[in-house]
Amino acid sequence: MSKTYYDPADLRKFGKISEWNQELGDKFFDYYGKVFEEGALTAREKSLIALAVAHTEQCPYCIDAYTKDGLQRGITKEEMMEALHVGAAIKSGATLVHGVQMMNKVNKLEM
Amino acid sequence: MGKLKTQSLQKRDSDLANSNRQLEILSNGIFADGELPTFKTKISETNQFPLKAKKLEILQINVGYMCNQVCEHCHVDAGPDRKEIMTRETMQQILDVIKTTGAHTLDLTGGAPEMNPNFRWFVEEASKIGISDFIVRSNLTIIRANKKHYDLPDFFKKHNIHVVSSMPHWTRGKTDKQRGEGVFDMSITALQELNKRGYGMPDSGLKLDLVYNPNGAYLPGDQVTMEKDFKKALLEDFDIQFHNLFAITNLPIARFLDYLIASENYEDYMYSLVEAYNPAAVENVMCTNTLSVSWDGYLFDCDFNQMLALPVNSKSKHISEYKEELLEGRNIVISQHCYGCTAGAGSSCQGVVTD
Repeated sequence: MSKTYYDPADLRKFGKISEWNQELGDKFFDYYGKVFEEGALTAREKSLIALAVAHTEQCPYCIDAYTKDGLQRGITKEEMMEALHVGAAIKSGATLVHGVQMMNKVNKLEM
Repeated sequence: MGKLKTQSLQKRDSDLANSNRQLEILSNGIFADGELPTFKTKISETNQFPLKAKKLEILQINVGYMCNQVCEHCHVDAGPDRKEIMTRETMQQILDVIKTTGAHTLDLTGGAPEMNPNFRWFVEEASKIGISDFIVRSNLTIIRANKKHYDLPDFFKKHNIHVVSSMPHWTRGKTDKQRGEGVFDMSITALQELNKRGYGMPDSGLKLDLVYNPNGAYLPGDQVTMEKDFKKALLEDFDIQFHNLFAITNLPIARFLDYLIASENYEDYMYSLVEAYNPAAVENVMCTNTLSVSWDGYLFDCDFNQMLALPVNSKSKHISEYKEELLEGRNIVISQHCYGCTAGAGSSCQGVVTD
């Protein structure tokens, strides 16, 4: 067994998850493929969304995958970093907006 | 990424200047222990081995390895220090072949083909023979590198040359990182000069196409989308127009192989190529309709095989003993670098090879 939880080479084996449940694996990959097809959003826009979410989810495999995907699509590093800040802003906003709950609770509990 | 090199692998006495060493790397490791299938195994799965040459359509001439640039990804290992230059005698032998060939396209490449002292003579003589598509692969900066080349756009126009030029990205940073500082600005000026002569303009018969190849260890994106992005950015930012964009995959040869190994990207890159293998691309891979002639007149299935010193599998091995009928139907010489031309939508000097 690997001594670390994450091995970059494991990303190449992602498809193997179907081996232990072909039906669900196939359904997942079909769905995944469909999601990233060009639609109302361009494949380029979807790639940037995926990159931002990869960071907020802190998934190292997804970060590797969508950084490379972005480069392949000619996405610049400035665009990538801006997308990340969108993710980071939502993450920090999601933390801070809970401050309203804290304030509500304080106001309720304090005389 | 380190500082851009200013010398070829050959000048640096690098191990990888040796084509045998490159072939050894491409056959060993992940391909020797069965982790990845060899190209021969892969095409055998779909009964496409041996790959056979079809009717010749494109004659690609490498007129020399000398270049004014030392691009990091160059599979030719070209640069100012390379002295391999085609002689007028070899060019004359090629002209004799052009008179009889059934090929419809003549494709001049290098190095920077314009640096061959007999380049203009050769173009003039070849264009007199009349060939339907006469391509010169120009790196653009050569047009602005020296005053003696400033009139190249006019020269190209006079001979109705189809100009195919490298342009790695529409931004300065990405371009200069791959090709050297100042390359972007010089390329933009050269493109504007070509546009002024009518090159690349909508409905113009003066063809100007751009070549995009990735700036690192990843494959090119969709050619149609990339073309749209390039067109929009170059028009908006610099008022530049061109016809088609060819998205070309970097093959693991010479300086790009050196880069892949030094940056520890070699295995991942080979995985990407193998995973993206597309049997439909094998059908139209360029070696099946192209013949590559080296600076010293030897014949190869493609420019990549030329750099790996893998000669054609035919009795006709040199331009002086050229026999098209002997070359047709020959078995193409392959190794693992061939995965570069069969990944995704495929890759050739004319861009993708599938619809």
